[in-house]
Amino acid sequence: MSFLTMVYAYLYYFAALVLLAGVTFKVVQYARTPAPLKIPTTPAPTTRSGVVFRMTREVVLFESLFRGNKWTWIFGWIFHFGLFLVTLRHLRYFMEPVWLPIELVQPFGIYGGMAMVVGLAGLWARRFFVDRVRYISSPSDHLILALLIAIGSTGLLMKFVFHTDVVAVKSFFIGLYSFDPQPLPGDPLLLLHLFLVAALMIIFPYSKLLHAPGLFFSPSRNQVDNPREHRHIAPWAKRLEQE
Amino acid sequence: MAKATFEVPELSQYLDVPPVTPQTMAHSKPFVAKPEIQAPLGFPGELMDDWQEKALDKMGELLGKYRSLRVYLDSCVKCGSCTDKCHYYLGTKDPKNMPVGRQDLMRKVYRRYFTLAGKLFPKLVGAEDFTKEVLDDWYSYYHQCSQCRRCSVFCPYGIDTAEISMAAREIMDSIGVGQKYCNEIIGKVYTIGNNLGLPGPALRDTLEGLEEDVFDETGVAVRYPIDQVGAEILLVTPSADFFAEPHVDGLIGYGKVFHEAGVSWTLSSHASEAANFGMFIGSYENMRRVAQRIREAAIQLKVKRIVFGECGHAWRVAYSFLNTLAGPWDFLDPRYPVPQHICEFTYDLIQEGKLTFDKGENDDKVLTYHDSCNVARASRMGNTPGGQFEIPRAIIRATCNHFYDMDEDTIRDRTFCCGGGGGLLTDDLMELRVKGAKPRVEALNNVMLEKGVTHMAAICAICKSQFTKVLPYYGMEMDQIVSLHQLVSNAIVLTPLDDEDDEEEAEEAA
Repeated sequence: MSFLTMVYAYLYYFAALVLLAGVTFKVVQYARTPAPLKIPTTPAPTTRSGVVFRMTREVVLFESLFRGNKWTWIFGWIFHFGLFLVTLRHLRYFMEPVWLPIELVQPFGIYGGMAMVVGLAGLWARRFFVDRVRYISSPSDHLILALLIAIGSTGLLMKFVFHTDVVAVKSFFIGLYSFDPQPLPGDPLLLLHLFLVAALMIIFPYSKLLHAPGLFFSPSRNQVDNPREHRHIAPWAKRLEQE
Repeated sequence: MAKATFEVPELSQYLDVPPVTPQTMAHSKPFVAKPEIQAPLGFPGELMDDWQEKALDKMGELLGKYRSLRVYLDSCVKCGSCTDKCHYYLGTKDPKNMPVGRQDLMRKVYRRYFTLAGKLFPKLVGAEDFTKEVLDDWYSYYHQCSQCRRCSVFCPYGIDTAEISMAAREIMDSIGVGQKYCNEIIGKVYTIGNNLGLPGPALRDTLEGLEEDVFDETGVAVRYPIDQVGAEILLVTPSADFFAEPHVDGLIGYGKVFHEAGVSWTLSSHASEAANFGMFIGSYENMRRVAQRIREAAIQLKVKRIVFGECGHAWRVAYSFLNTLAGPWDFLDPRYPVPQHICEFTYDLIQEGKLTFDKGENDDKVLTYHDSCNVARASRMGNTPGGQFEIPRAIIRATCNHFYDMDEDTIRDRTFCCGGGGGLLTDDLMELRVKGAKPRVEALNNVMLEKGVTHMAAICAICKSQFTKVLPYYGMEMDQIVSLHQLVSNAIVLTPLDDEDDEEEAEEAA
């Protein structure tokens, strides 16, 4: 096994561990922290299934953002939906045999990649041209956009200009499952692409990327509007009553 | 026009988003609570020496107690959707009044002390040490949030700046930096029973006076009882309803509705206040203690139902929190929700055909309706979501001939706060209140020009007091704001009680 292959194998074991452990830690932390009061933003659904519907609209359509700002919504939605297609397309590197739906999604994944970069560019432009958004942006907000655009661009370049040996790439990742990494091609663009993706995985649990699990735990969105019908009380508040 | 020591914003026809102009409101600070005001609430009297350590401990405690705080501080991606939604930003141009700008005052401290990225790379992620300057910014800008939740409507993650403002105020109280207005009022509720410090005898006098006035005006003996054991309904209403204009006209209206419904009801001198300022300062313990008075009054007066008068934040605490804070209500009549809003009560009677109105009595007015923020976005009325918008409007339509809504972007769940909510209704924040009212007054002004609207109805004591005070700054009349039940009171056709008939007949015979 070459030095390069070994470095990338360890990098990906590490990145996967950080991502998995980090996100699990945050999800458990969110789940364990009580929400002592009923605070759904109303009008809110009065049933559990209504909340599932509301949450689905937020996750799939970004409903609140749509109401808030049309430009941010269109760029944000294009980026996220593109990223979703790209992720599906990439699943073929991680399974053998490849599932039929993943085979079918392959061509759409390419458009997804383009859409993703367009959406990100739009979002980044807002950080420069809208004074309010410029004011609230910190260096990390720019860097995350740069990171994602670099991931998308290196991916597209490999698809259209500097091809790499994708069969070998797949063998490398499949080999990681059995702790038997196969040689990784040494193309600089591929190495850059993979390095940036690993970096994204590592910063995920320590950055604003936590908005993904966070949304599901947002009390203003996930609570049922039924405070008069059902008494809602947190364990720490219950203890006040026993004093 | 009222005299102002600051520049009153000019109204425009369209909502324009102002350019970011830093620090325009950095000077705005409410009076700080003195030690004797802090003590009854269980807070230290003045800023402690080791305040930073204590504040961070408190922040850690709250992060463990409130999922909202933890998730909201982590989740913001700085998308900017909220940046043009806060009435205080629109009225003051100060970027720290953009919801995310306000949240970031706490988020930068959270990141510095509670996240790995902020501990390692503070500059990169916008983390900052909790210095005295940051604390001063907290005091200034967390008292420029009316906790109206408009930002949370437009946030893709539902981040509610109110939750963060409340936590910030709780942290500041815990290190001895309290706000005089809120904390003094909570103290009055504990010692006297209501925000305005009106003692029982004064309330009884006022109510007797109301009975006389209503009898003189209508010839019908409508009762305004207090502390009447065994009444069916306990009415809990903001203390401003007892004497302030136009609030008291609303109280007169509630009494007339109860009269027509033929139910016995009572106010309570122990719980003579619907508002719960414990929420404004984010103190669960104080909010609970204030709410418990209502439970005690309900038990003591042996009532079967609880109805709340017109009050916005009070209705939030009543509808959303009362069951949590002072429940369970298993000793009350299970056929009715606990608590009920006076609008739900009146609306049900209208639906049942039990009220008769002469709409012509309100023909001197062309109405619009202001959705009070906490009723609109933090509570409900009736059985279906959005009832809090439809029920008050249905009551206006039943009692008035002329009604027009303001621009759709400024009503229902997109309504603008009056500018005085969340513990800011104090004279030491007058500039903030006037500027914060701009988006609402603008929408009102437009509907006045386009539809000839003359009056705006509201169902919140704070809204009513705020508009009475700020409308004159914009060249409008203070009495253009009216209580919803004032309209009911004007139009309702009263039925004399049987024994009154007898009395009148006896008088005639004599």
